[in-house]
Amino acid sequence: MQLEAKNISFRYDKKSPWVLKDVSLSIQEGERVGIVAPSGFGKTTLARILAGYEKPSEGQVLIDGKELPSKGFCPVQLIYQHPELSVNPRWRMEKTLNECFTPDEALLAKMGIEKEWLHRWPSELSGGELQRFCIARILTPKTKILICDEISTMLDVITQAQVWNILLDIAKERNMGMAVITHNKALAEKVCTRTVRLDK
Amino acid sequence: MRNTSLWNRRTRLTLLIVLAATYLLAVFFWGLFIDPSEYGVHYENKLLAPSGQHLFGTDAMGRDMFKRCIKGLSNSLVIGLLASLVSSVVALIMGIASAVFGGFVDRFVNLCVDLCMGLPHLVLLILISCMAGRGTVGVTVAVALTHWPSLTRIVRQEVLQLRNTQYVLASRKMGKSYLTIALTHMVPHVLPAYLIGLILLFPHAIMHEASVTFLGFGLPKEMPAIGVILAESMNHITTGKWWMALFPGLMLLLAVVLFDLIGETLKKLWNPNSGNE
Repeated sequence: MQLEAKNISFRYDKKSPWVLKDVSLSIQEGERVGIVAPSGFGKTTLARILAGYEKPSEGQVLIDGKELPSKGFCPVQLIYQHPELSVNPRWRMEKTLNECFTPDEALLAKMGIEKEWLHRWPSELSGGELQRFCIARILTPKTKILICDEISTMLDVITQAQVWNILLDIAKERNMGMAVITHNKALAEKVCTRTVRLDK
Repeated sequence: MRNTSLWNRRTRLTLLIVLAATYLLAVFFWGLFIDPSEYGVHYENKLLAPSGQHLFGTDAMGRDMFKRCIKGLSNSLVIGLLASLVSSVVALIMGIASAVFGGFVDRFVNLCVDLCMGLPHLVLLILISCMAGRGTVGVTVAVALTHWPSLTRIVRQEVLQLRNTQYVLASRKMGKSYLTIALTHMVPHVLPAYLIGLILLFPHAIMHEASVTFLGFGLPKEMPAIGVILAESMNHITTGKWWMALFPGLMLLLAVVLFDLIGETLKKLWNPNSGNE
């Protein structure tokens, strides 16, 4: 599958300044595109638009030439920057993990998710542990494109490396497309097949 | 470390809830099915102090106060239950609609809430009670129809806050319908605050029923209700008949405290920050 952003511009209302202006971007199957910009250049907004959370003010986001579905499972999935905000604090982790599909044991083992964690509440896990759940829960076979919005910023260096290794393995194995949003140029160079700069 | 001993805090709290609920249910059903002759008039026993035979003593007509209390509390619980049922349905629908649709609906609901909360509660109760024909029906309708505004506000606030959280948005992108999201994400989140609201509504409803009755717009005099009993006991308290006010008052207090206890304990058990302690 191919995700294509055609000349998208975004602002919150008619009078406010443009957050994004005329951004075009395409992500092919198996491709990992790094989107790099300093803070405040609309990286997260772009991520939300690409994943269909927000409608662009101008331009369109197409998946295989069609608009993103507004109902049903979206083949473009977003992993958030703040895992602690992305899981329901009142659900035990088991329920969060199995919200849209049941990941098999092998995937859980690979992600380093321990059985014991499944019965805990989010407040009893650390950010890195939660982020593994957030990633694992959307790695269904139906997910074709992953948008990673600063997913490793809150992790320590070792965990960062672990999470990225797993994610890259799975992306290669399934030939998923990925958009890696980060302000860390070194990371983008390491994991991506090419990088796009928003600040130019 | 998980606490694996059988007698941990969780078990203790659950036991506490079961005990409290058992007491309230026992009073409720005992009163519901009690034989009216058990609190009938016996002039030969009038104004007896508490004893083995009459645990709470008797009143000026020789009626057994203990049985009357049970029946009265049970009656009050029925009215409280009706009030909370109606209020909960109204509050849920209005609160969720107001938060989800926003705009005109939101403004309309807020207007209704302000209107209801702006009027003195007792005046509203008396008005509705009179319009609905006074008596049992009148007071029940009045109490049932006037306790939803605060609950509506609670529900609206919670849903409003929840609607734009990342996990609700993510759930939507995972293909969940609005109904599923409402049932799996919103309801469990709103439920604790909502239940506490409901449980706090019980004593309110009972008190309001008592005050309207006291003012003569509510339950008929012959009907045993805590409000009626307390109002009657006021005539006798100056002559030293302390038991007529003390015991019914204590029963009411106990019921209110137990409701509060159930609410608070449930809150602790369901709260993710303290649930596994």
